[in-house]
Amino acid sequence: MNARIILEKKQLDITLDRLCFELIERLGDFKNIALIGMQPRGIFLSRRIKEKLIHIIGKQPFDYGELDISFYRDDFRRGNEQIVPSELKIDFTIQDKNIVLIDDVLYTGRSIRSALDALTDFGRPARVELLVLVDRKYSRDLPIQPNYVGIKVDTRANDKVKVDWKENGKKDAVHIVTND
Amino acid sequence: MKKFSQRHLLGIKDITANDIQLVFETADNFKSIINRPIKKVPSLRDVTIANVFFENSTRTRISFELAQKRLSADIVNFSASSSSVSKGETLVDTVNNILAMKVDMVVMRHPAPGACQFLAKHVKAQIINAGDGTHEHPTQALLDAYSIREKLGGVKGKKVVIVGDITHSRVALSNIICLKKLGAEVMVCGPTTLIPKYITSLGVKVEHNLMNALEWCDVANMLRIQLERQDIKYFPSLREYSMLYGLDKDRLNSLSKEIVIMHPGPINRGVEITSDVADSKHAIILDQVENGVATRMAIMFLLAGVSELERLVQTERLVACMPEVLVRVSFLKKN
Repeated sequence: MNARIILEKKQLDITLDRLCFELIERLGDFKNIALIGMQPRGIFLSRRIKEKLIHIIGKQPFDYGELDISFYRDDFRRGNEQIVPSELKIDFTIQDKNIVLIDDVLYTGRSIRSALDALTDFGRPARVELLVLVDRKYSRDLPIQPNYVGIKVDTRANDKVKVDWKENGKKDAVHIVTND
Repeated sequence: MKKFSQRHLLGIKDITANDIQLVFETADNFKSIINRPIKKVPSLRDVTIANVFFENSTRTRISFELAQKRLSADIVNFSASSSSVSKGETLVDTVNNILAMKVDMVVMRHPAPGACQFLAKHVKAQIINAGDGTHEHPTQALLDAYSIREKLGGVKGKKVVIVGDITHSRVALSNIICLKKLGAEVMVCGPTTLIPKYITSLGVKVEHNLMNALEWCDVANMLRIQLERQDIKYFPSLREYSMLYGLDKDRLNSLSKEIVIMHPGPINRGVEITSDVADSKHAIILDQVENGVATRMAIMFLLAGVSELERLVQTERLVACMPEVLVRVSFLKKN
């Protein structure tokens, strides 16, 4: 097993800045926009993006929430691990909102499918976009593509992409762990 | 990795403090779900659950049924009074017949203590105990502890007194075990005849004076006198019981502090608790009912979440004659 860093702290910071400016470019004044981070690992990214946007714009013109998809996963009773739900915080209506879903790694696309299912239980969003930090190319099980991408990587099926955050007690970095 | 340690929920005795915490954390999520406009999640859409009730029940049965519906499970209801049990069918036969119709989980209430343990040994479905005689009522204990945690911010170190018919109450036994596992102090209070002699071996205090017990506690759980289980007279009259152990407004007001009042239902107004107390702001009786749905959803979600692989391996011995299942087991093991 060996781990290879693909983004270290400084590069990660630049990437996050770029993602924020891309959001500002595409969404303008953030009217009717909600950013939603995906539990459990996407929330570190979504919180960073939220902080950075507030820092750049000087206020928070958008809604912010965190979505848990445990009850909507398609591998419930299929995998080997117990699914334990995380906290869900969406204290606004998503009816007719433009949603930006935020997750750290896009791999098979199954979590995003679950998230879309979960979202519709809160209302009918006008549109849903997807922001991911790492897009693992050529690995999708479902026809799902991101609108905003931090970095695209080629990986093999048994590789793991790990994103560490200082909020998580580690150093900011993105690794690819390969099993040889 | 957090994991529920049991395949069944037969009693609080079998599960760990970690399991209970896991149920609480999961129930928090379900509580927010049942308070939003769309109260349903699709988790258990491929699970079929039979509610098998050999004893009367309103709250528990409706609570389980709602919890199952909100998890999108398919359900069948069975009650002994309208079934072939009256024609002489045995428990195992009855349940196996239900299981032959491809049922994954059985929620059972039965008048005989230990009925659920017996069933868990003899059938392959997952069993949830919804009350077995005077033995245990684990989901009630979990929702009671969850309600205390919600109201007082935690269970550890809290003082809980359980008042009433301790001898015949499965709610009392499950509550004592559950609260002790979570680090609470527990006292039982009632007439000598309704408190089992060896109850102190569970680590609880015993008090026969209601006022002393109320002064001591943070939470008072008032139990119903289970006349249907009492084969002999344990006290002279209900009126006398009510005068000595009934909770009324005067007693509540004379306390030096505010306490939380709980009741597992059904209430006999005017016996163990008067109407003005049951409807006062101290009582969290209806919160308990609401939390019942959330905690039962959590338990069924966690139990059903045991993977198919594990379930297949556990039943491997039973299905050894079915080659396609074994192929599937080995396939799942490989992946």
